[in-house]
Amino acid sequence: MNLRNSLIVYHKELRDMLRDKRTIRSMVIIPVIAFPLLFWGIGKVMSSVMGQAAAETAPIMVQGGTNSPKVLAALSKVPGIQVLPYRDDAKQEVSDKKIRALVQIPNDIDTVAADSQSKQVFIGYYENDVKSEMTKDKLQKFFDDYRDSVARDALVARGMSPNILEPFKVQADNVAPPAKVSAAILGGWIPYLIIIFSFTGAMYPAMDLTAGEKERGTLETILSSPVSRTDLVIGKFLMVMTASVVTAVLSLISVGFAGRHMMSGAQQQTMNLSISPSTVVAVAVMLLPLTVLFASMLLAVALLAKSYREAQTYVSPLVFVAVAPAVIGALPGVELNWKTALVPILNTSLVSKEVIGGTYHWTTMLMVFGMTCVYAAISLGAAIYMFNREDVLFRT
Amino acid sequence: MIEAVKLCKNFKDKKRGDIHAVDSVSFTCKPGEIYGLLGANGAGKTTTLRILATILAPSSGTANVAGFDVVREPQKVRAHVGFLSTATALYDRLTAAETVEYFGQLFGLDSATIERRTNELFKALDMDEFRDRRCAKLSTGMKQKVSIARTLIHDPPVMIFDEPTNGLDVMAARSITDFIRQCRDRGKTVIFSTHVMTEVEKLCDHIGIIHGGRMRAEGTLEQLRQNYRKQSLEEIFVEVSGDAR
Repeated sequence: MNLRNSLIVYHKELRDMLRDKRTIRSMVIIPVIAFPLLFWGIGKVMSSVMGQAAAETAPIMVQGGTNSPKVLAALSKVPGIQVLPYRDDAKQEVSDKKIRALVQIPNDIDTVAADSQSKQVFIGYYENDVKSEMTKDKLQKFFDDYRDSVARDALVARGMSPNILEPFKVQADNVAPPAKVSAAILGGWIPYLIIIFSFTGAMYPAMDLTAGEKERGTLETILSSPVSRTDLVIGKFLMVMTASVVTAVLSLISVGFAGRHMMSGAQQQTMNLSISPSTVVAVAVMLLPLTVLFASMLLAVALLAKSYREAQTYVSPLVFVAVAPAVIGALPGVELNWKTALVPILNTSLVSKEVIGGTYHWTTMLMVFGMTCVYAAISLGAAIYMFNREDVLFRT
Repeated sequence: MIEAVKLCKNFKDKKRGDIHAVDSVSFTCKPGEIYGLLGANGAGKTTTLRILATILAPSSGTANVAGFDVVREPQKVRAHVGFLSTATALYDRLTAAETVEYFGQLFGLDSATIERRTNELFKALDMDEFRDRRCAKLSTGMKQKVSIARTLIHDPPVMIFDEPTNGLDVMAARSITDFIRQCRDRGKTVIFSTHVMTEVEKLCDHIGIIHGGRMRAEGTLEQLRQNYRKQSLEEIFVEVSGDAR
């Protein structure tokens, strides 16, 4: 192997790629613009929907409670609630989103007899409809407060302290560092994003530098030079890997920027994730052999095709091969063990999740890094082997 | 010097089984000579020339090109050969000068030599006007000149041309044939394949007619005329190829 020759090929491919609008679009513009736009759009839509729901006077229907005038009077005074006359098709009205909720109140709810049984108020609402859920929450709070006041009045009437109702309070607070809490939610998705972007970033150049060259007739030109095929693959591989790393890094910067500047305060609270420089370095080191694996695997597969279009049909299914382990790794509850440490992509995803969460299991990290290096070396060997096969290079 | 000895190339095809694309082809081409390889489509010309340029490896037999063996020293062979065909396209996004510079680097030349050779070639081929224009924006004739400069940057002693005028207009084709003649005049060993009989008649010192992967007839134009008792090379070609069917 002659590194000088590989670097000559790499520099040429880099110059060529930087002049290609399609590469710049897929590698730079889409990740840099898409994420801020996506986050900004989601934030806008969410705040608009929540704002509309909060500002609305929600129509509801109430059944029963005719001998409990106090509760009916109090209910009609709840801000943002409009009580409509009850109709038999109230459930259908909720389902059709004409009213936000229906309430069924039992008799004698205003009073508590010594021997009275617990009565039940029923609230019917539309699950996952923001406006209906908000109305349900308002009604639930109203009835909770009203129940407490009825009970309190009953105790006072019997000469007892209302404190009996609440002999002690329970308070639960998070004591884990906020960064770790966020890491538990987001830690899995950050490696997922890096994996997806490093894969998609490598896809276009891998196809262009193999099947694309065959199609354009430049492969035979370069094969007529004294550069060995191994040097040629290494040069091309370095280019594909560069595209992969650049796309992943730009995407992450873009996600970080969008998260910091384009999300609402509430969204930012959930994403209060502070990642130290050492974590970034550790995750980058763990992910590096994975980009080698992706770049060489894509080169080997795309080289089988005669044209760019044919290469797309070979490479597209591989997206699922990369995405599936990355998604599984991002799911909560999927943990790193000796079995998952052997599965390529999944192992890197899981170990990165742990590192982002602040857990450094050095032995496991070393094992995952070593395994991914082995897979990457096999994949790179396969790419070199393919470039040395005449039936692959000159497929007719 | 090119000396091919019993070159064979077999391919496997799912539908047609084993194909003998080149079957025991032997010939010699000396410095200062042009050897014309004639044959119908699929006769084995391109495969033979690709073997000589070490883009393909022979299944058996061998060839000595510029003093190096194509099987044992393919990289050394390529370092001493200029290979040009209609299949050797240019990189659209590189300029004419960048293309020539890139190949100069691949052939191991230092930057001073690359600059000197590029200037010489661009002047000789009248390419200075489009020196910094990207290849995608060049006309077919201009692209041909860039390809010629690319094959000559390392001043190789052996030139291999595979149907170099295929698909070119009269002017572009003429510039190629002039260039082939100049190569011979400079003492280079030249081999080229073509379908155009008039090109062969004008240029070639030796002619080989290949059909079905085998060398069916070989000699100077005069020798072929005498052997087949025909004046026109086209008639000779048809008879040789027809007899072989």
